[in-house]
This record gives sequence, structure tokens and C-alpha cells, in this order.
Amino acid sequence: MSDSERIADLANTVVADHDPKSVPIPEFLGACYDAGLSWVHFPEGQGGLGVSRGLQAVADNILQGAGGPVPLGLNPMGYGMAAPTIREHAQGDDVKKQWLRPLATTEDLWCQLFSEPGAGSDLAGLATTAVPDGDEWVVNGQKVWTSLAHRARWGLLLARTNPDVPKHKGLTYFVIDMHGAGVETRPLRQMTGQAEFNEVYFTDARIPDKHRLGDIGNGWNVAMTTLMNERTALGGSASRRGAGTISEAVTLWASRPARQTPVLRDRLTQLWLRSEAQRLTSERSRASAGIGGPGPEGSIGKLVGAELNQHIYQFCMDFLGPEGILYHGYDSGGRIGERDWQGPIQQRFLRSRANTIEGGTSEVMRNILGERILGLPGDLRADSGMPWKEIPRG
Amino acid sequence: MAEAEFVFTEEQGQLRAAVRKFCAENFDEQSVRTLMESEPPFDPKVWARLGAELGVLGLSVPEADGGVGGTLVDQAVAVEELGASLACGPLFGTVYLTIPALVAASASEARDGLLADLVEGSRTAAFAVPDRAGSLGEVAVTVEGDALTGTVERVVDAGAADVLLVAANGADGVALYAVDASASGVARSPLATLDLTRPQATVELSAAQGLLVAGAGEADRVIEHALQVGSALLAVEQVGAGQHLLDLTVEYAKTRLQFGRPIGSFQAIKHKLADLLVDLEHARSTAYHAVWALTDGSDDPALAVSIAQATASAALARIAADTVQVHGGIGFTWEHQAHLYFKRATTDAALLGSAEEHRSRVAELVLDTAESDRGPRVADGTVA
Repeated sequence: MSDSERIADLANTVVADHDPKSVPIPEFLGACYDAGLSWVHFPEGQGGLGVSRGLQAVADNILQGAGGPVPLGLNPMGYGMAAPTIREHAQGDDVKKQWLRPLATTEDLWCQLFSEPGAGSDLAGLATTAVPDGDEWVVNGQKVWTSLAHRARWGLLLARTNPDVPKHKGLTYFVIDMHGAGVETRPLRQMTGQAEFNEVYFTDARIPDKHRLGDIGNGWNVAMTTLMNERTALGGSASRRGAGTISEAVTLWASRPARQTPVLRDRLTQLWLRSEAQRLTSERSRASAGIGGPGPEGSIGKLVGAELNQHIYQFCMDFLGPEGILYHGYDSGGRIGERDWQGPIQQRFLRSRANTIEGGTSEVMRNILGERILGLPGDLRADSGMPWKEIPRG
Repeated sequence: MAEAEFVFTEEQGQLRAAVRKFCAENFDEQSVRTLMESEPPFDPKVWARLGAELGVLGLSVPEADGGVGGTLVDQAVAVEELGASLACGPLFGTVYLTIPALVAASASEARDGLLADLVEGSRTAAFAVPDRAGSLGEVAVTVEGDALTGTVERVVDAGAADVLLVAANGADGVALYAVDASASGVARSPLATLDLTRPQATVELSAAQGLLVAGAGEADRVIEHALQVGSALLAVEQVGAGQHLLDLTVEYAKTRLQFGRPIGSFQAIKHKLADLLVDLEHARSTAYHAVWALTDGSDDPALAVSIAQATASAALARIAADTVQVHGGIGFTWEHQAHLYFKRATTDAALLGSAEEHRSRVAELVLDTAESDRGPRVADGTVA
């Protein structure tokens, strides 16, 4: 039996024994994990079957075709970033299993603690410290733009463990218990009026050394695993023609014939074409590189998707004209809920301004395409070789 | 049968390597410069080798018609490499348009012999069918009996062609004829072209004798198919040329030093090249999607071809323009190869419909038929 047939058999069995339309989501996803269908390229016993990554689609088509959830949407940082990082870098199978199954079932949500007020694009300059104390680490500092921190059980933390060496070399990667003492999460109100993200403050928070991922001082390389997966997840676009953000603009267009003009029609056509070209590029990348892990090509999807979102929502606003400058009201900075993703077009327009900043700015994405895919030389860096503590900050 | 969309076989990889090697030996820059100023602007002996020796002129022609029975994907792979080197020869008239037209036409004595010769590379052809944005245009040639009369303007590759495929209006509508280019009643006036590697001639017919290739019953379909295949292959050619230019420009940006550093380390250059990479990858995806749509019928070929042409024409034009820009002064000289590709980019964008014309067609197919149900919510000022 081929790997593909075996996966199909296992997926059909899961669906037959745990009908996703009737059993609770964690039970269904737990059965997927136990059958090795969460990430088919992971080892057996850790949610996988040790087969080619490209075969994940075989499982997903059956599981989601039967009404199963898209787990990446339920535990985005868990599935998109934590799982691949845990698999590659966690210390030993026991820790991996302890984290992976509740992650897979979505009982434990995950968040990512990278960005800081003083370290955005220059992530390696971050200042949150982790200092060893026996077989534990003591963490102090502040993170920002942390989605789901208020609901997450675990956080992926990048912290400075050595300020005396150049910035990339003094970082270490940890998993921190978000329910532990010394971890405080506060909502961060954004331009839409809502609080989709958080600030997270650490005051003498403690992490056992066995929750360190990778070697001390190797945190930057571990973080690259996470970021490459993040960009792939962000760049993965809809596979059906005309789906995704462009469908909103096209249906809006059709709903208001009186506002249509030839100039706007051409603008929308250009956006439609670029959406379609990117959709086909994602399909091609999936078809030809199904076996490989996430690579720099993911940066194309992230870059194009983010800019397209902004251009499409800007089009919607320009098309709506006076109607577009109304809003549904700014609340008092409440938490964003699942339903807020169904928010009106004006809210999506505002939200899209973050698309070219979050998960790597478009400027950084173009650097990545230029340097990692085209092989162009890096820019001159004013802090090159300088110990982190001597780098000017502000 | 072709593989799943965007999956290339090992044989296609070998084909690509073989064509690339042939191009390196026969269509290096100096050879292209020599050939483009020769008369005819290609080497018939090299063309015959492309047909008889390499077998890449009719890769999707069925075996029964003298071809190798491959797919349009095979043909596209070869065209991409030929496009990358600006291979000189009547690719546009013979490979992109006439051969696909003959393949789509019903078997006949006139068709079978001609098809075999074109695939073999022993004769070449031009497609004297007026198009409007890649669809059949206004046909000015008329036919009485088998005598064709009228003028076809600006026919690519007609000057040196042995045979012209001519659309003519008869009593029953438009039909497609093969006309011997050296026969009496055929006059060809070569035109000076922007791109010296892609020559044109105006064809004047005065009661020239034609052999019927596709009668009024099937000519529309045959011509439509040829123009779609031609548009898809032209888009693939644009991808090949675009990849060549991006490679060339990236290499230059790595080695050209100003202010004591490679210019590719400046974000002004790096980000421009990153954008070109995105445009090129988009062109590649849409061009090959069109090729697959024409191969396995998985998509509406008219829409797929217009998406490809709109994307690839714009992409190559931008890549070629920025190639000149990034190279700076040297990129504006006759000595540098940038202008050869810039002229090809401008020419390809205008042939078989411009990016804008294809965009208009996409708008008709996609926007003008869109439905307004399940539209997004628009806030109306009522506080939630």
C-alpha cells in the first residue's frame, strides 16, 4: 500500500469513528493526532507518520471534506509555528508529546512572544532578558503585538541570555507557561478600536531549563524555523479562483451598479488578475515543492497577499465613496472575538493596514526575496559585530 | 497525457536541458546579432536542425501527423528556453500559430504534407490571419473558387515563409487556406520592425491559388484554437525572456560596485529586483496554467489565456525596462544585450493582444457577470 493510500485509509477510519459533525472538536482532533494525521511528516507517536509533507493534503482533504475543522484557524500559532519548532528543537520525546497533543486538540492554545517595543524589524535587537538560576531561568522584560496571549497556555519566547556578544548570538529560545507567576497580559487597543493583540510583561517569571528549545545562544536559528513557518501560513491563499479578499470586492462591485465607472472597473480587474496570479503561484509552489519544508518562496505569498489586501480594501472604500466613511462605532477597546472577523468592510479596511507590518514588514520581505532567493548581498549594518549592550537604541 | 498541473516530468527536464544546450551553441548573443541583420533573419540550416535533429518544432503534434505525440506542456518547455535566448527563426508564425492550426484542422492532403514539413523544419509558415486581441479579427481577403484576393497587413514571419495560412471570406463565411508564398499572385513587402529578430511583411494576394485547409464549417474553431495556443506559447516565451533578464540583472547588481559596494546591496535596487521576481513568478504560473488548460481542458481556455497574456506581457515589459534601468548607462548602448530583449518585450506585448486588451476580456468574463449575493457587510453608521 502506498503512503498516500495508507493516509487515506487512516483518515477515513478517523472520520468513521469520530464523526466531526457530531463529536466535540478536541475529540476529533485528538483522534487525528493519535492516527498520525495532524502533521503526516512528523514522527509516529508525535502526531505524524514519518512520510512526505506533501501528503498532508491527502489527509486534510478527507478530514475537512467530512466537516472537520481547519486546525490552523483554531490554534494558529500552535499549528503554524509552535508545532514545527517543537518538533525540531524541543528536548526529548516526553516534552514534545506533553506539548504536541493538547496543541493538536486545541485544548492548549499557543502564542508567540517575539516583538518588543524596541525590536520590530530588527528582532535580533530585543531586550527581554533570561538569566539562569539553578535549573531554571528568570525572565524580565516586555513583549508586544502578541495575539491570543490572553487565551494561550504556552508562549514561544525569544530572550536575551548574553548581552556581551553580537545581538544574534546572545539569544535563547524558550517555551513559557502563560499561566505562571510573573506573567501579566494586557490588551492593546488598535486603530479599529478593538484589542486583537496584547502586551505581555514579565517580572521574575520562571522557566525550567527543560523548556528551553535549542542550545543557549542559538535562539536566533530556532526562531527562523518559527518565522519561516509563520510566513508560509500567512501567505497560503485560497485555492479556489475568485475566493478570498477579492471576492468581497467583486460582490461589492456587483451590488452597487450605480457607482460603477470604467476607471474603477479596470482597477478592480487589475486586482483580480494579481489575486489570480498569486493563487496560481501558490498552487504551483504546492505542486512542485510539496516535499520540501517552508522556504523563502513563502515570502512571495506573504508580501503579495498583504499588499493585495490593502489595495483591495482601499478599492472597496474608494468604490463606496461617501458610504464608506461611516463606521459601526468604536467600542471601548474590547477583546476581538470570532465574530469580529465578520466585521464590516470599513473595519477590514482599517485592519489591513497591519498586513504589511505583522509577520515581517513588506520592506523586510523584499530584503528576504532579494537576499535569500536572488542571492543579492546584504545591506551594510551599523551594528555589525558590536556587542548587543553597546548598540545605540531608541 | 500531461502530469498534474505544474508538475514537470523527468523527460521534460531533459528536453529543457537539450534545448538550452542547443541555444547556447547556436543562439548565443553574437549569433543572434549576426542572424537578425541577415536576410532572411535566421539560419534555415539551424532551423532544420531544430525540427529534424532536436524535434522541438511540433512537440504536441500527434504521431500520426508526423509529430512525436507529446503535449503542449512539452512544446511550452522548449519555447521557454528558445525565448530565453531570443532564438532566431519563424517560431511565432510556424510553431505558435500555423502548426496548432493544422493540428486542429481535419486531415486532408493539403494539411498532412504541410504539417509534416513544418514539424521537420524543411519548410516554414506564417499565419496571415488578422487578430483582434488574440481573437479572429476583420478578414479582408476574399476567395472565389480557390483564388484569394486582398491584403493582410503586418504578418509576422511572412517574409521568408514558404507557405502562408490565409483566412479568406467566401460565400459560406471565413475559411482557412494554405498559399504557396512563391506562387503567382502573391506579393510580400518586408517591413522594418522594432525587434529585428521578429520580422514582418505585408502580404498582397491577387487571385493567388489557395489549398483549402479548414472549410467555413470548422475554420472559426481552428483559428480560435490556434490563436489561443499561440497566445499561451507567447506568454511562455515571455517567461523565458524574463528569467534570462532577471538572471542577467541580478548578476550585474552583485558585481557592479558604486560607493564602494555592490549596487544590489542598496534597497532601492534590491527591492526593485524582488518585485521583478514576484512579477516573473506570477507570469510563469499564469502562462503554464494556460498551457495546462489547453492540454487537459481543466479551465476555460479563453479566460486562462487572457489571464496569462495580461500577466506575462506586463511582467516582461517591466522586467525589460528595469533591466535597462539597473544596468544604467551601459544598458542603453547598442553593444549591451538589454535592448534586444526590451524590443522583444515591446513586440510580444503588442502581438496577439496587449495586456490591456486581455485585461478588458478578463473584466468581461469575470466582473460583468459577477453576482452581488452574499456581499460583504458595509457599516451604515448605526452603532452596533
